[in-house]
Amino acid sequence: MSSILFGRYLPLDSVVHRLDPRAKLLLSFFYIVLVFMANSLWSYVILVAMTLGAILASKINLGFFLKGIRPLLWLIIFTVIVQMLFSPVGGHTYFHWAFLRITTLGIITAGIIAVRFLLIIMTSTLLTLTTQPLDIATGLASLMKPLRWVKVPVDTLAMMLSIALRFVPTLMDEAVKIMNAQRARGVDFGEGNLFKQAHSLIPLMIPLFMSAFNRAEDLSIAMEARGYQDSEHRSQYRILTWHRRDTITWLIFAIGFAAILVFRRW
Amino acid sequence: MAITFEHVDFTYQAGTPMANPALTDISFSAPDNCFLAIIGHTGSGKSTLIQQINALLKPTAGQIKIDDFTITPKTTNADLKPLRRHVGMVFQFPESQLFAETVRQDIAFGPQNFGMSEDDALVLADKMLEDVGLSTVYADRSPFELSGGQMRRVAIAGVLAMQPKVLILDEPTAGLDPQGRQEMMSLFERLHREQGLSIILVTHQMEDVAQYAEEVAVMRQGRLVKYGATREIFADPQWLTENQLAEPIAAQFAQNLSRRGITWSAWPLTAEELADQLASQWPKGERTDV
Repeated sequence: MSSILFGRYLPLDSVVHRLDPRAKLLLSFFYIVLVFMANSLWSYVILVAMTLGAILASKINLGFFLKGIRPLLWLIIFTVIVQMLFSPVGGHTYFHWAFLRITTLGIITAGIIAVRFLLIIMTSTLLTLTTQPLDIATGLASLMKPLRWVKVPVDTLAMMLSIALRFVPTLMDEAVKIMNAQRARGVDFGEGNLFKQAHSLIPLMIPLFMSAFNRAEDLSIAMEARGYQDSEHRSQYRILTWHRRDTITWLIFAIGFAAILVFRRW
Repeated sequence: MAITFEHVDFTYQAGTPMANPALTDISFSAPDNCFLAIIGHTGSGKSTLIQQINALLKPTAGQIKIDDFTITPKTTNADLKPLRRHVGMVFQFPESQLFAETVRQDIAFGPQNFGMSEDDALVLADKMLEDVGLSTVYADRSPFELSGGQMRRVAIAGVLAMQPKVLILDEPTAGLDPQGRQEMMSLFERLHREQGLSIILVTHQMEDVAQYAEEVAVMRQGRLVKYGATREIFADPQWLTENQLAEPIAAQFAQNLSRRGITWSAWPLTAEELADQLASQWPKGERTDV
């Protein structure tokens, strides 16, 4: 459980931690768009340099990110293998059997997909490691504000999001607790064949759902007891302010983004 | 089963910036068939300590011996299953581990995991249900229909059904009404006395410690600060206060009385001891039985 890094905040003091969450969210968004647009060697060099630079500035150990990739490693490997086996015709053909073939072009495409995967995972991990969940929620709500004009219940969505994020660690701890209790009753999690493994999840999932529903009910009662009303305009405790460092970071990244578009093969 | 800790250290999330040392240099030895209470302030490492005993957490340094089993930082999970069978663990609020369709199936779950046939396990489940003081009427109900106190009993029956030799209890009576608490504690006491179960009890209830425990371990900030017979631990009220622990109510009462000139041959820890000593001190002629 503790190996899943996504969604965990790592409290350190760095430039990246202090950035406005809106700046980080928008940067991550454009970054991911550009990851899919990049198609030349140089554009990837710039993308990698941007990610490594941001990780360096966050003062978080690189080993942390590698550990964060581990749970998704099999997904990446699977995608790469499938991509290779269904290569398009192009370059030298190394292997050909019925509809399966491996070509130079296929290997390159597979490599690019692996790199894209890694870059996106690392960037989103960096975002969650350096931004408190509540700040992410506040940032998203603030970015969604224009949608109010088309009657989207932005405040309610923001409240739902912050509650959901707030309960991620709680439910994870709860899951660990229940797993321990069932392990003490002789369950082997993550052992045996696929059917056995799926079967061993029942004693974990049912109590976890029970506890999640109970918590949700308790929380809704507690909120109503304190006068919470949906769709009421409410003031905020956390008010986001855009600093000069946010503008500077944006300028640096804007140059990088522009460079990628320049080096891209159109 | 005798339990021996040798210089055990444990750190949560070792090797990360969140590393958090929870146990430091724990050494003690509890004999076979013991009734050991572990007390200490919240966050002192009690729960972490007991999870070492059935190796849900493995020490980051040192080793733990439980009869023939040795747990070291390198022990693998496959080696631990036989150990977990012998060390039953009742967590805080164990009712959160219930999941099966019926109470009977839930209690039979543990024994089946350790290789008992389904038929035998279901028969055993009914017996365990009666042992924890519930009628077999409940056996076919869903565990989620029961009251909180009944769910607690079912969960405890589920652990007892594994027929462990050591029973670890993490605040088993928290949130129960006074009568439920007393019934639960006397169940554990009976298992200890009649079946020779070793019991390790984590609790904040000093009255339970005084009444049932033979030995006490006092934890403070991840260290074992005192280990000894129950009477020894409660002999020094000032030391207890310094460690944010209270005396049992009977002892507090006795202390107030001694300020009024009553002397004690032995320091009373339970209500019975207190009453006996008071009665024996009373001049015979003035004694009236009400």
